[in-house]
Amino acid sequence: MLGTLWQIRTFEDEVQRLAGAGEVPGFPHLSTGQEAVAVGVCSQLAREDVLFTSHRGHGHVIAKGCDIESTFAEVLGRETGLCHGRGGSMHLVDVPNGVLGATGVVAGNISLAAGAAWAAQALGSNNVSVVFFGDGATSAGAFHETLNLAVLWNLPVLFVCENNGYAEFTSREEHSSVKFVRRFAEPYEMAAATIDGNDLLAVYAAAGKAIAGLRQGNGPYLLECMTHRLAGHFVGDAQRYRSKEELAAMREKDPIERLQRHLLQNGVAQDVLEATGERARQTVLDAVQRARASPPPDPSGVLDGVYAAECLNTLNG
Amino acid sequence: MSETFIEILRRALDEELTRDPAVHLLGEDVAAGGAFGVTRGLAQKHGAQRVRNTPISEAAIAGLATGAALCGLRPVLEIMFIDFTTLSLDTLVNQAAKYRYMSGGQLAVPMVVRTQAGAAGGAAAQHSQSLEAWFVHVPGLVVVAPSSPAEAYGLLKSAIRLGDPVLFIEHKRLYTMKETIAEDAGLPTIGRARIARAGEHVTLIAYSAMVAYAHQAAERLAAEGISVEIIDLRTLTPLDMTTIAASVTRTHRAIIAHEAVRNGGFGAEIAARIGEELFDELDAPVVRVACPFAPIPFAPELERTLLPGPDSIVRAVRAQLQ
Repeated sequence: MLGTLWQIRTFEDEVQRLAGAGEVPGFPHLSTGQEAVAVGVCSQLAREDVLFTSHRGHGHVIAKGCDIESTFAEVLGRETGLCHGRGGSMHLVDVPNGVLGATGVVAGNISLAAGAAWAAQALGSNNVSVVFFGDGATSAGAFHETLNLAVLWNLPVLFVCENNGYAEFTSREEHSSVKFVRRFAEPYEMAAATIDGNDLLAVYAAAGKAIAGLRQGNGPYLLECMTHRLAGHFVGDAQRYRSKEELAAMREKDPIERLQRHLLQNGVAQDVLEATGERARQTVLDAVQRARASPPPDPSGVLDGVYAAECLNTLNG
Repeated sequence: MSETFIEILRRALDEELTRDPAVHLLGEDVAAGGAFGVTRGLAQKHGAQRVRNTPISEAAIAGLATGAALCGLRPVLEIMFIDFTTLSLDTLVNQAAKYRYMSGGQLAVPMVVRTQAGAAGGAAAQHSQSLEAWFVHVPGLVVVAPSSPAEAYGLLKSAIRLGDPVLFIEHKRLYTMKETIAEDAGLPTIGRARIARAGEHVTLIAYSAMVAYAHQAAERLAAEGISVEIIDLRTLTPLDMTTIAASVTRTHRAIIAHEAVRNGGFGAEIAARIGEELFDELDAPVVRVACPFAPIPFAPELERTLLPGPDSIVRAVRAQLQ
């Protein structure tokens, strides 16, 4: 899991570096500092379990098993990308690994995750559905509607809120009258917990418990992970809304360093840690180089896949 | 045996539920029969797990259907009035419509959203609108607007089997209309219009409840020696320009009739396509028959005044032929 943390960190560092160089189209959003939530939760999922994520989803899809080169190629808008350059950083889909999409509209796919859970329930499968979103999404009506439905229908869906204290540039104090997201589960009598999202082992344990409950038919679960976004809202965000002191304090809680300290204290040798990190970083850097060398999509395919073929034929006929 | 629009929708849903275990119905009150009785008895027959009531949560239930469609179900969602789809728009426009394309073809959303539109009986400004043009503007959505019970039967079944998200618009004024379905009628292809009445002098393009008005207008005009060809579009997206072009090339005149307001209505799109593609064929400017740019009023006298009907179509045809 340490290696995956490093893979995500390095992946996003590269996104930031190449975005600065003008190589990345659009406006990618980084999860730097929040990696422990992605790795802790996804380590408890089977490949067939489905995952929905937000605009800040690189970490989630890597932790779920997406190929790093294809994921980076998608962020670059290449033909070899997961979605052949049609989706980009905010719309990563990888069906073989259960990644069913990311949304650029905050809170836009929380209900879709409940729908996927409904399908699993209706088809008699034991798969669960997980959706990641930030605390900003909890001010949207669709979030509340979905919590109610998920409890009513006893759906196997895990709602993972990464509470990083900010909805874009606006602090939680300013955008919500409710301090902890866990509280929203109470009126619906949904099981919920608030945990330290920068503590990988705590996330892993809490997610394991929640997901086991889903598989036993105990109904939905809301897991609030307190964390910090070390990056801006998007690449290029000058972060004028928070002080240098606040950012410095957040860096002190970096989940990767925290896990490494824990491992050292528990007898793992320093050189083993360094080798793990180095191997993960190099894997990503190599994949990034290959992705950068891959071709852009062929413009002649720009109309492909809007509809099933039979429909499209008529539309353009 | 003749059946009403409502009975025929129920039969189509019943048969699709029987045919394909992936088909599930959901929406406000659907297990209780639905606000208009379309789904009456289906929960009893097919089970409460396949015909499910939902909370009044149009945002969440549209997402629930979309997510389920991604994962192997074929949900048929009822949004009671098209006016309420405003609350589902994020899901329909930003999620369902785009999934196939955004995922590079990995995923599809085989979902039907049944909704009911149009003005009748003093339903007033928030239960009477014709908002189809919004949905026609979104690539990835299919928009179907049947004109009669028999049409609705085939089109609903085809929509459920299609594999793309479909907005299926039922006009409330048609709900009591009766028709007999030919037993050997095959299922229509989504995206093909039909010639509802053959004629020579003018092409009248209509859909949904305006097709019945078009027939009434055509009867009256026939008595004056004017031969009207009626095209029932059936589906707005995809738009069957082939059928339109073939007809306009013969008649050299086109009139589009819809109940939605004229401004930014679907008629503008059809008129523009005819202008772009068939300009040399036209003997007269393309004309639109539509609602004036106002909300639908409550009082029956005002509602009647505003809505286009056979009279406005007859006037438009005469004016165009002068």
